[in-house]
Amino acid sequence: MTCVVNESTAGMQQILEGIIEKYRGKPGSTIGILSAIQEKFGYLPEEAMDYVSQSLNIPSAEIFGVASFYSMFRFKPEGKYVVRLCRGTACHVQGSWLIGEQLQRHLGIEEGGTTEDGLFSLHYVACLGCCSLAPVMMVNGTVHGRLTPDKAVEVLESYRLEGKE
Amino acid sequence: MTKTVIKVGMASCGIAAGARPVYEYLQEKLGDREDVEIKQVGCIGLCFREPLVEVEKDGSRIIYGEVDIESLDKIIEQHVLKGTPVKEKAIISDSFEAPENKTLDKQVRIVLRNTGIIDPTKIDEYLEREGYKGLTKALEMAPDAVIDEILESGLRGRGGAGFPTGLKWRFARKAAGDEKYVVCNADEGDPGAFMDRSVLEGDPHSVIEGMLICGYAIGAQHGIIYCRAEYPLAIKHLNIAIEQARERGFLGKNILGSGFDFDIYIKEGAGAFVCGEETALMASIEGKRGMPRPRPPFPANKGIFGKPTNINNVETLANVAWIILHGASEFNKYGTGKSRGTKVFALAGKIVKGGLVEVPMGMPLREVIFDVGGGIPGSKKFKAVQLGGPSGGCLPESELDTPVDYESINATGAIMGSGGMIVMDEDTCIVDVAKFFLSFVQNESCGKCPFCRIGTKRMLEILERICDGKGTPEDLTLLEDLAYKVKDGSLCGLGQTAPNPVLTTLKYFRHEYEAHVNDKKCPAKVCTNLIHYTIDPNTCIGCTKCARVCPVNAIEGQVKQPHKIDDSICVRCGQCKSVCPVKAISVE
Ligand SMILES: Cc1cc2nc3c(=O)[nH]c(=O)nc-3n(C[C@H](O)[C@H](O)[C@H](O)COP(=O)(O)O)c2cc1C
Ligand code: SF4
Ligand code: SF4
Ligand code: FES
Ligand code: FES
Repeated sequence: MTCVVNESTAGMQQILEGIIEKYRGKPGSTIGILSAIQEKFGYLPEEAMDYVSQSLNIPSAEIFGVASFYSMFRFKPEGKYVVRLCRGTACHVQGSWLIGEQLQRHLGIEEGGTTEDGLFSLHYVACLGCCSLAPVMMVNGTVHGRLTPDKAVEVLESYRLEGKE
Repeated sequence: MTKTVIKVGMASCGIAAGARPVYEYLQEKLGDREDVEIKQVGCIGLCFREPLVEVEKDGSRIIYGEVDIESLDKIIEQHVLKGTPVKEKAIISDSFEAPENKTLDKQVRIVLRNTGIIDPTKIDEYLEREGYKGLTKALEMAPDAVIDEILESGLRGRGGAGFPTGLKWRFARKAAGDEKYVVCNADEGDPGAFMDRSVLEGDPHSVIEGMLICGYAIGAQHGIIYCRAEYPLAIKHLNIAIEQARERGFLGKNILGSGFDFDIYIKEGAGAFVCGEETALMASIEGKRGMPRPRPPFPANKGIFGKPTNINNVETLANVAWIILHGASEFNKYGTGKSRGTKVFALAGKIVKGGLVEVPMGMPLREVIFDVGGGIPGSKKFKAVQLGGPSGGCLPESELDTPVDYESINATGAIMGSGGMIVMDEDTCIVDVAKFFLSFVQNESCGKCPFCRIGTKRMLEILERICDGKGTPEDLTLLEDLAYKVKDGSLCGLGQTAPNPVLTTLKYFRHEYEAHVNDKKCPAKVCTNLIHYTIDPNTCIGCTKCARVCPVNAIEGQVKQPHKIDDSICVRCGQCKSVCPVKAISVE
């Protein structure tokens, strides 16, 4: 799972150097480098992308272009619990949009947003591969299936309790 | 005495359904017994009954469904230890009547020959089931003879387009160059399908073996598996399998003493549907934005880093070793016309037996949905089946006798696609489904072609208007017109096929569009702006349940007094209706 660290600039540089070294001289590794950075920091900090651009001599527009093309990359830190609601076809026909609306209301955020307390981020994703359990959502790696709007809220509340402990 | 073997279905969806505690409990109770072996296996296919536990004892095989700790205790106590099966929990049995015995009868398992049977993290289990025998045989054949065998089998690409695999390999073989690539397309972008994931999770070696045979046939040294990052378990199992294959000499230099060198690495995708398109996929492997480019040049001539490249889908490759080992004629005895062998489908939506099925090509859709899939749950009526995801179409009842083969399905306006099969009942709004797919492709358009980028946006706006009750009859004409323009004006398959869901629904369900446009009604009662929830004051007993569940406090009323919904606040979530004990709430 993603491990989130808050590092000073020097600390960040050290981490970035480690990542860059692994990929230096290998063509076609931009995506790999970016995912490694995201894995470390939980998102792509601007300073990190600048650093990579200078260090590998790739124009920063190109790095940002690649990063913004792929939906996996994020430019803002994520909440402690990342909620991925499936909006695939099977989940859609089982009413997943109602769950999405309920979660947005409940958390007071839009799709893609993070709650003010930093506890929850909400994303819509395509098929999680558990269509027979539709509608489905994943919270940090754990899948919850056969949801109703009510049940989805209950699930989040159980994480909230856990998060406060 | 032979060992009792217990298998737990631990594909992603099994884990989601609670298979892990089941596995751990078995380990705890039976882990140190010499006479019991506990295995983790991939998708058994009966996804609708998960968690699944199979017990193989004294030569007989029984699968238990919906297993929890309580029933597990019984299974351990009575079956594993004493040899008496727990009949009421059994769903499949080879010795007595069980509810799902027939579910597997109509299926033919070539691609899924090992999934759900072997532990995918143990190469020896793959080897015990003819693993790498296809490769061994291929290495004794001339590369051209391998290609001939695949050609003769009639195998066609399972990634959607159905291009003859042998022909593709021949082009790649003939292409000039010492360095060549074999790419396995494991991007599986259809947002309602999980065939490739199940194969990768449950039987990764079958794909690796297929790539090896392809590499030998076309003269390639490098293999790349382009897998979606959203499939962590598939990537994990692939990595283990690649490592084990290297250790045993199936990958690396001088494979099995044949002089053939080949190795494979994994490239993770980063979430872009268009990267499933082969030219975009290659750009992504090179680390760039995944933008499609015109063909020719085809990948066979100018592929990754400019080298000749052969790209095949996961399921296509999983067929290969079986064909080489058993022969083209064993394979092409299944199927009809120009579609031979089997096809794997991920059955989902409003269907009783949702899961992974593999059926011979040519089986009518009706048989797949009603016999294999068990039909529609409850007393609801079938409305449509969606094939081919965002590039495909929705077919009505009247088309259900269409056999699943490439040509027949294309003739309906849908496509075979990669194997997503979503069943819809009367509660599904067809216009909403068209809107759903269009908003998906609109979002995923890479933006290169104006028609794909802007045309799909205009189409989406029209559909939104129609669903909001603001559509006009002219909108339907405009929609159709735009659909053809987007089809013709787009460079890659994404844009060329994006209008298919709209076109097929306009063709088969025009009346439903018309109800939205002319009568401002959504017959399935889905489109928010066209429906209203009301409480019948004569039926309401004033229990207050609805008022408590309403997320926006749209319901007022005193205890034991009739309640009332404020339509201007109501967000049409339907939760009140589902909790009312006396069915006083209706939606119109
Ligand atoms: C927008 C788009 C998305 C695609 N997505 C996939 C995919 O997820 N998996 C796949 O195997 N093929 C996909 N394809 C088809 C590939 O371009 C290619 O035809 C296929 O991988 C070839 O393998 P096959 O001949 O074995 O089917 C897609 C095509 C388009 C136009
Ligand atoms: S449909 Fe939802 S929002 Fe409307 S009244 Fe019922 S519970 Fe409230
Ligand atoms: S739930 Fe039904 S019976 Fe109870 S107050 Fe609401 S409408 Fe009346
Ligand atoms: S569509 Fe939601 S899990 Fe497949
Ligand atoms: S049986 Fe679990 S994924 Fe199919």
